[in-house]
Amino acid sequence: MFPYYLKLGALSIRANPVLSGLMVAAIAVGIGACMTIMTVRHVMSGNPIEHKNDQLYHVQVDNWNPDDPYDEPNNPPVQVTYLDAKALFNADRAFRQTTSFKTSRVVQPDGDDARPFQVQARATTADFFPMFDVPFLYGSGWDDSSDQSEERVIVIDRVLNEQLFGGENPVGEAVRLNDETYRITGVLDTWNPVPKFYDVNNNPFEDPAQLFLPFSLAVANDFDNTGNTSCWKPIPDGSGRDGFLNSECIWIQMWVELQNETAKQDYLNFLDAYVEEQKLLGRFPRPLNNHLRNPAEWMEYNEVVDSEVDVLLSLAVLFLIVCLLNTVGLLLAKAMRRAKDTSLRRALGASKSELFRQHVIEAGMIGVAGGLLGIVTTWFGLRGIENLFIEYEFIQHLVRMDWSMVMLAVALAIVSALGAALYPTWRTCNITPATHLRLQ
Amino acid sequence: MEFGPIWRAMMRSKGGYLLIALQIAVTMAIMVNAIAIMQERSIKMSRPSGIDEPNTFGLVSVGFKPDMDTKSLIREDLDLIRNLPGVVNAIATNSYPLRQGGWSEGLHREPGVGKSVSSSAIYFTDEHGLETFALNLLEGANFTPEQVAWDSDSDDFWPSTVIVTEALAKDLFPDHEGSYIGKTFWFNDDNPTNIVGVVERLQAPWPTWTGVERSMLVPLIRESEFVRYVVRTEPGERDRMMAEVEELLSTSNTDRIIRGVRAMEDTRKLSYLGDSAMIKMLTFIVALLTAITGLGIVGLASFSVARRTRQIGIRRALGATKAAIVRYFMLENFLVSSVGIVAGSILAIGLNILMVQQFALTPLAWYVIPLAMMALWIVGQAAVVGPAKRAGNISPAIATRSG
Repeated sequence: MFPYYLKLGALSIRANPVLSGLMVAAIAVGIGACMTIMTVRHVMSGNPIEHKNDQLYHVQVDNWNPDDPYDEPNNPPVQVTYLDAKALFNADRAFRQTTSFKTSRVVQPDGDDARPFQVQARATTADFFPMFDVPFLYGSGWDDSSDQSEERVIVIDRVLNEQLFGGENPVGEAVRLNDETYRITGVLDTWNPVPKFYDVNNNPFEDPAQLFLPFSLAVANDFDNTGNTSCWKPIPDGSGRDGFLNSECIWIQMWVELQNETAKQDYLNFLDAYVEEQKLLGRFPRPLNNHLRNPAEWMEYNEVVDSEVDVLLSLAVLFLIVCLLNTVGLLLAKAMRRAKDTSLRRALGASKSELFRQHVIEAGMIGVAGGLLGIVTTWFGLRGIENLFIEYEFIQHLVRMDWSMVMLAVALAIVSALGAALYPTWRTCNITPATHLRLQ
Repeated sequence: MEFGPIWRAMMRSKGGYLLIALQIAVTMAIMVNAIAIMQERSIKMSRPSGIDEPNTFGLVSVGFKPDMDTKSLIREDLDLIRNLPGVVNAIATNSYPLRQGGWSEGLHREPGVGKSVSSSAIYFTDEHGLETFALNLLEGANFTPEQVAWDSDSDDFWPSTVIVTEALAKDLFPDHEGSYIGKTFWFNDDNPTNIVGVVERLQAPWPTWTGVERSMLVPLIRESEFVRYVVRTEPGERDRMMAEVEELLSTSNTDRIIRGVRAMEDTRKLSYLGDSAMIKMLTFIVALLTAITGLGIVGLASFSVARRTRQIGIRRALGATKAAIVRYFMLENFLVSSVGIVAGSILAIGLNILMVQQFALTPLAWYVIPLAMMALWIVGQAAVVGPAKRAGNISPAIATRSG
């Protein structure tokens, strides 16, 4: 009977083109609004390092003001001080570990006409690359020994390599940055994790650094931190750079890789012991409050997905509900108008379940049509958002539709249409044939 | 009036009418809350930053040679810019309003490290800050050149004089009445700082910050390879000056690069990008929603007319005028809309309470509800006019036909 009901459905849809069109359009628009926001939310709440989610942990220790927590109610700072970064890194208690901060360098290309330009950089350690599974096009990261010797080595990204070396393999070549010569050890393949999970404190939705260089070198040479620096305790006047490095100011992101739950527990114990030891030296005036958070927990903790998106999503869901109520009303009206046909079929022996199936199939067809059109409206919705944020270039990475979202759009449309069809279909099936056949 | 019979007729087939009422109710809930959000955003966007936005731009100079004499460079740059015809004044600072990046400090009413009583954005500047930002000095005086220090010249980082905004003064000394000049506070350490001037308004660089009106001018120039300049021009000269200053500084010293040359107009746009996008998206959603609900009403009314063709014919044959038929459908719609609108008001308020709790939005203004009510009544009546007129045109002869 299925093909027959499909045919009946098609006939019924064609018999009321305006009405059917209105229903399909209402579902498509509702789905489009919902899916547009859901797609953006899906991208923003993604976890680009999911496959290592249970091995990577962001380190938090609470060195903050005894009278005033970093964040209410009693949340520890989101970055660490140089003192702690250095001590924890040197203790070398994790399988892998990295300390890093955001900085910038001026690249001086060869040639007389070439103008120097500034790029975003990240000062980090050798383990950064293997820890975060960073893909390389040429070469690799640097060794631990380069970290120790503050060697002038760099890793550049693919775009910068195109710009400086025309895309050729530049490993071993020299580049001048701020009048110093650096040796290239590797070139990244395209790597743009969204969100930028390894540093969500300094804008999770921006292009990643184009250039990576040793943390030790950057600290020793006083490279500016272009990310956030927060202090609670004054730095003694006149103490200069050393005063800052030995201060309670936080500005460094620290991650560790721990291969199992035991290792995680051990590391937490190590952190507790470290803080206890520091307390004896007069630091860490607050109670023990150390945390290891995996990337998913870390992004959640830092509310990477803006609540604006949720405001819009809740309105979009309500919008879809209006569109569906609209469809229910129209389906009901249509069913009532066909009461005579239905009564006739009932009188001729069609069972309630047969009628139910027929109408549900018809609603399903409208749902599929609405869903397919919904993909189109979603696409337009995303282009609309892209246009609204045109000045913010990164938006292009947030408005990408993937297959999972396409499937979800169609599924949502079919479920919506079937849901919308339930009440009208139930009413149809319960028509008493006698009432409607009387006048005939 | 015919309310009674219409109401009783509707009660006999509740389903369809309830659906429209429900649709109108949810439409209203969305509409009211969308308008509340749009209002909140446009109020936020219309706050003045306090500076002469149309004639101001910012730029950055980044030195990239080691051991540069940055102090001389900053002095030369400022001389060059200030002497350009078309420029009103310029300063070297760390940030400016709406830039979304800057420096803030916790402030104390007594020396030492404790819980701070207030916090403020910091703008480093020399005595040209007041004119460059075009600030309105309410009391006190501008910095004297002697009060302005270079951070490299002194061990004490924080100067002992500052100019604060009125909002900051009030927040720091809430119980104080009269002049704020001479009032003292501390930046987390032992050196007291005195207020020498109060300006009406100068926003902090972060428009989303709750303390956005709290900022201060600190008479200090920081010696650094990274300098941000703010330039105020004569009216209408901004674009020309932007190009000229960029060219001038790029060539005056090639050991640095000039970047981030940006008019305040664009800084403002970038800063409120999310808010203006929100307003546009919600406007679009509300328009679409109204259209869909309107079309739904048209569709359902048409059906209702088609189904009752015979009854209408009979009424006409029994003497009802065209106008009476039209009125019937208009009134019917009015009743359904009213039920929907009343339910919608409750739903809208409920949703608003939820949104305020969940997303910390501003509660809606009372008059949005009656406004939305009027709008939806009008939409409903407008939507039903067409079908109702068609009903009015049904010929009484229909009554004589069977089936």
